Amino acid sequence: MARITYMQAINDALAQEMERDETVVVFGEDNVGGTGSPGEMDAWGGVMGVTKGLYGKFPNQIFDTPISESAFIGAAAGAACSGLRPVAELMFVDFMGVCFDQIFNQAAKFKYMFGGKAKTPMVIRTMYGAGIRAASQHSQALYPLFTHIPGLKVVVPSTPYDAKGLMIASIRDDDPVIFFENKVLYAVEGEVPDEAYAIPLGEAEIVREGDDVTIVAIGRMVSMAEQAAADLSSDGIEVEIVDPRTLSPLDTDTIYESVENTGRLVVVDEANPRCSMASDIASLVAQNCFEHLKAAPQMVTAPHAPPPFSPSLEDLYVPDPEKVADAVRKTVGQGVAS
Amino acid sequence: MSEATGLTKLGMPKWGLSMTEGTVVQWLVEEGAELGKGDEVVEVESEKINNAVESPAPGVLRRQVAKEGEVLPVGGLLGVIADASVPDEDIDAYVQEFQATFVPEEEEAGGPEPETVEVGGKNIQYLKMGEGEGVPLLLLHGFGGDINIWVFNQEALAAERTVYAIDLPGHGGSTKDVGEGDLVSLVDVVEGFMDAMGIEKAHVFGHSMGGAIAGSLAIKHPERVQSLALIASAGLGEEINGEYIESFIAANRRKEMKSALGLLFADQDLVNRQLVNDVIKFKRLDGVDEALRKTANKLFPGGKQADVPDLSNVEVPMLVVWGREDQIVPVSHSENVPGHARVEILDDTGHMPQMEAAGQVNRLIGEFLDSQDD
Repeated sequence: MARITYMQAINDALAQEMERDETVVVFGEDNVGGTGSPGEMDAWGGVMGVTKGLYGKFPNQIFDTPISESAFIGAAAGAACSGLRPVAELMFVDFMGVCFDQIFNQAAKFKYMFGGKAKTPMVIRTMYGAGIRAASQHSQALYPLFTHIPGLKVVVPSTPYDAKGLMIASIRDDDPVIFFENKVLYAVEGEVPDEAYAIPLGEAEIVREGDDVTIVAIGRMVSMAEQAAADLSSDGIEVEIVDPRTLSPLDTDTIYESVENTGRLVVVDEANPRCSMASDIASLVAQNCFEHLKAAPQMVTAPHAPPPFSPSLEDLYVPDPEKVADAVRKTVGQGVAS
Repeated sequence: MSEATGLTKLGMPKWGLSMTEGTVVQWLVEEGAELGKGDEVVEVESEKINNAVESPAPGVLRRQVAKEGEVLPVGGLLGVIADASVPDEDIDAYVQEFQATFVPEEEEAGGPEPETVEVGGKNIQYLKMGEGEGVPLLLLHGFGGDINIWVFNQEALAAERTVYAIDLPGHGGSTKDVGEGDLVSLVDVVEGFMDAMGIEKAHVFGHSMGGAIAGSLAIKHPERVQSLALIASAGLGEEINGEYIESFIAANRRKEMKSALGLLFADQDLVNRQLVNDVIKFKRLDGVDEALRKTANKLFPGGKQADVPDLSNVEVPMLVVWGREDQIVPVSHSENVPGHARVEILDDTGHMPQMEAAGQVNRLIGEFLDSQDD
């Protein structure tokens, strides 16, 4: 057990899986060090350095690709069908549009189109989220585009412990997995076992127990909910925080069970509000837990607007603990701080 | 300070390496109550477990400084114990001075950390506490356990000697390669650990499966075992709750694990979320499922204990402790020990007396060690 960052946890998971299984291959733009560079331990290791140091240990299992997303994501899908376990990095999820056919029409459909006989064990790693002043083409939280598509699994870890265990589970899974890494969380530290371990996909974590209001929070929003929870607790409101960890498949049992106990739901989601995980979870709860609800489900999300470049507007754009606390107070009939 | 003024501080205890603060759940005695040493005074909740804080000295509970629901750092002032003759002003002055000068320990500063040693090619993790002159003491956990089951005991036992808590193969932070996975191989690991650490002779205390290992070691190498304490021990009869073993191995989700772990305690409230999470985290490490399966197949095939070592010729001092409500290994097995053993059965206690009745067990073990005059 050691205290390491979210970024190091992902690097550890990749290293341990490449070590365990030589069919695990890692590639993407600058994953080694940029084409033509010597590609040693001091190379780039991806745009933020997540794969740094891996080339020195596994020179035959990690390589760079050209800036041609359709080509290398398609290559990942093909490699997965023919016996490898590729982990392809597509830098920012905002760029995913250029290779969508490879993902939702090919990789997601192989199992279905080939009568269940094809396995597609591939992982696409990608960064999401606002907060690093990277403007609207590098800051979106586009996971709902993928949860909409049957055949894809969608993972959004919120802690270093979860990042490692979910990455290992994603690599070992036989379906295509889109693995969302929040760039603001890369520097966050937490206790992570040195050994390899897998967290089952489709299992939510109860981050905090409470009887008054259920908060379902995704990715970086878990920490916003935790900060709000501390504030609310001093006012006598005890929230329960559920982190789904995997958005597809979604652990609805854990969410329903929590709402059946509290009777109140707040969903905190960094994505835009329409056709989102927040609206999906609110609607599932409304349909399935209606008789337990004591108040209308609330959503705390980004506005229906692109992430702004202006730092002060970007700070307003992302849900914060105060907005979460206000939504919780609304569900218990308390006045909202204004 | 307490010697000079006749005051005794009741402080927030540190239960386990990661504990930095605790919550006051409820006071178990009123202000003004007469206390004996070891009486339970206040219930505290750490992130891992609830337990009662005991009075470190006889006296009167003069102040309940911490309020119920309050969160205090480790070492923070829960209350003050003093003789009835000490004037109120002295108590107030003590509380005031303490609160003005107390600085909580930096997180993770100091305190022992687990270490690793290689034993016969296997990495074995252990936690070492204390450095007194007394004969060293080894603590051996049971099936599915680890060094943390001794969280309430190890420090208390380490006042006069070095106490080593060991993670057995397949468990905690040790190798998940259990080799043969049978009792003999576990005994060999403990023996190898003693060699590696340069321990010629030790008090060997075991819980459940660890008790069977301790007893077997005393049969094989009586010259290396100073005394035995067997706590809710395996190896004293055939029966064992096979359903518990199977449900522990099968449990992969929090709810299943919570109900499995519930069988270990008389008081179900002791199984809190963090305890369940920690066990789930352990079980998800690569190799753990296989290690547990193999060990269970060798030690508890078909829901029976495969090994019932003959302790009749073991002459070392022996203490046997059992919870009357044990649902894993029947308390009646406490009758199957040699006549010279001291047997203590604890009421309202399940399979984990060292946690559930930590104070009583620490006292019993303390007396047992004192009586040996080593």
